[in-house]
Amino acid sequence: MSSTTDLMSYEDALASFDPVMGLEVHVELGTNTKMFCGCSTEFGGEPNSQVCPTCLGLPGALPVVNRTAVESAIRIGLALNCDIAEWCRFARKNYFYPDMPKNFQTSQYDEPIAFGGYLDVEVQGKTYRVGIERAHMEEDTGKSTHVGGATGRIHGADYSLLDYNRCGIPLIEIVTKPIEGAGELAPEIAKAYVAELRDLIKALGVSEARMELGQMRCDANLSLRPHGREKFGTRSETKNVNSLRSVERAIRFEIQRHATVLSEGGTIVQETRHFHEDDGTTTSGRVKEEAEDYRYFPEPDLVPVAPSREWVEELRATLPEKPSARRKRLQAEWGVSDFDMQSVVNAGAVDAIVDTVAAGADSDAARKWWLGELARNANERGVEVTALPITPAQVARVAALVKAGELNDKLARQVIEGVLAGEGDPDAVVEKRGLKVVSDEGALGTAIDEAIAAQAGAVAKIQAGNLGPVGALIGAVMKATRGQADAARVRELILEKLGVS
Amino acid sequence: MPGITREEVAHLARLSRLELGAEELDHLATQLDDIIGAVARVGEVAADDIPPTSHPLPLTNVMRPDEIRPGLTPEQALAGAPAAEDQRFRVPRILGEEQ
Repeated sequence: MSSTTDLMSYEDALASFDPVMGLEVHVELGTNTKMFCGCSTEFGGEPNSQVCPTCLGLPGALPVVNRTAVESAIRIGLALNCDIAEWCRFARKNYFYPDMPKNFQTSQYDEPIAFGGYLDVEVQGKTYRVGIERAHMEEDTGKSTHVGGATGRIHGADYSLLDYNRCGIPLIEIVTKPIEGAGELAPEIAKAYVAELRDLIKALGVSEARMELGQMRCDANLSLRPHGREKFGTRSETKNVNSLRSVERAIRFEIQRHATVLSEGGTIVQETRHFHEDDGTTTSGRVKEEAEDYRYFPEPDLVPVAPSREWVEELRATLPEKPSARRKRLQAEWGVSDFDMQSVVNAGAVDAIVDTVAAGADSDAARKWWLGELARNANERGVEVTALPITPAQVARVAALVKAGELNDKLARQVIEGVLAGEGDPDAVVEKRGLKVVSDEGALGTAIDEAIAAQAGAVAKIQAGNLGPVGALIGAVMKATRGQADAARVRELILEKLGVS
Repeated sequence: MPGITREEVAHLARLSRLELGAEELDHLATQLDDIIGAVARVGEVAADDIPPTSHPLPLTNVMRPDEIRPGLTPEQALAGAPAAEDQRFRVPRILGEEQ
């Protein structure tokens, strides 16, 4: 493991060097079947139960391209403002490794289906344009389990076991142009790019793009050059960075590592590196094989893909509203500030709030619950808010109960807690836990009389026109009613009784 | 003049994880050089008006609908495997101890 104690600080690294990034994102498409055969892509099947002669590379089997996968690739390309190839081929990428039983991966080489686009991302209120080099079609690999050895890792394992269910699932690889001029914002721009790309993929409906399930994976290339120099430095490629936060951390760490090596007079080795979630460091993987070692050649078993311009235009017409435009529209509809909208985006709660509003809540209430109680809960559990066991409809129901005065905020939080604990719908939780605002004015009146009797000093001040101490009386009433009173109503009643309303 | 050197054959063997002895390398380098020379003769008859081609038939866009079709059962899939364990293909050690 590399030590972090003698790592140059991020600020010092940026003072001496200019980072250049290149991001490669793999997206697993949500098609029903694999890229080149009719096997199911369903997640979680029995090992080797979703395989056939084609994806196992058995002699005589012939691949046939999945039309929906090609459509998805074209739509992704169009959404990234790319040109779509008029004619392109698949290629064999030859390598000897058992995760591909054919001994090659069917990919695209110098003829990607989409090329020359861009994606705009927003960081700290500024728009940064990330150039897209290409998006190409390929297939996923099988899943290896390494047995024996010290840690279940590939190094020193006694042998490995292969499940080929995932082998052949359509992948789209999206490669950026070199991202230059990002400066100290490089880690944030990288993260914002992956986040924007994920939102775009989800909006297109071509994949759920869930990074925690490996449906979207990022390889982050980074190099440094001294300020003012045009020529790029040697790059490292950090593989399989699998969350937005990790993208940011991996880039930041690599900037510091490169700067440390370079400023001590060392040289950066062109290699792949592994990112470690636990401490945010990377360690050396394998020395990068030269591209020619893959001995790419055109795939003879697949004929070229030549999307007609009519087909491309038909697909262009199916593109959804861009996530950035949608966010602007929603921000206007909800009437919130840039800062508040950014909080919603950072919390990953845009869709949840939209769905909650669609279920009848007003946007302020929806935003309040998703960014408050629910975001806190998700944070505690270490999951995305959308992965919490509560639906937007349930949140809308809680908001409706608050609006109707049947719950106050404190009780509503308990209802949400109950729903998250699996106690059923909001109404069921209200029923089971007996959570109702005390609106019986008789019971409230008694509690208020007691509070007034117990706090003569406060009462005197209030009657003298100082309303400050009303809070203390309300607090006493809320305590007496175990939080089940409507605080606004209690205030009204207190002031009424003391004749200051 | 196309051709293949002994060093290139050794490199390809390494990429394919084939262990070839010195004699085998000599033997195969000569043979592969002959084969490449024979294939290269095709280029001699290709005139300027014949573009390089990867597919002999003028076909494009052969695609299938995204519909699930039955494949093999795990038992069938593993039937030809030299070794299997836990319903998975068992393969020899891939990498040695970390350097």
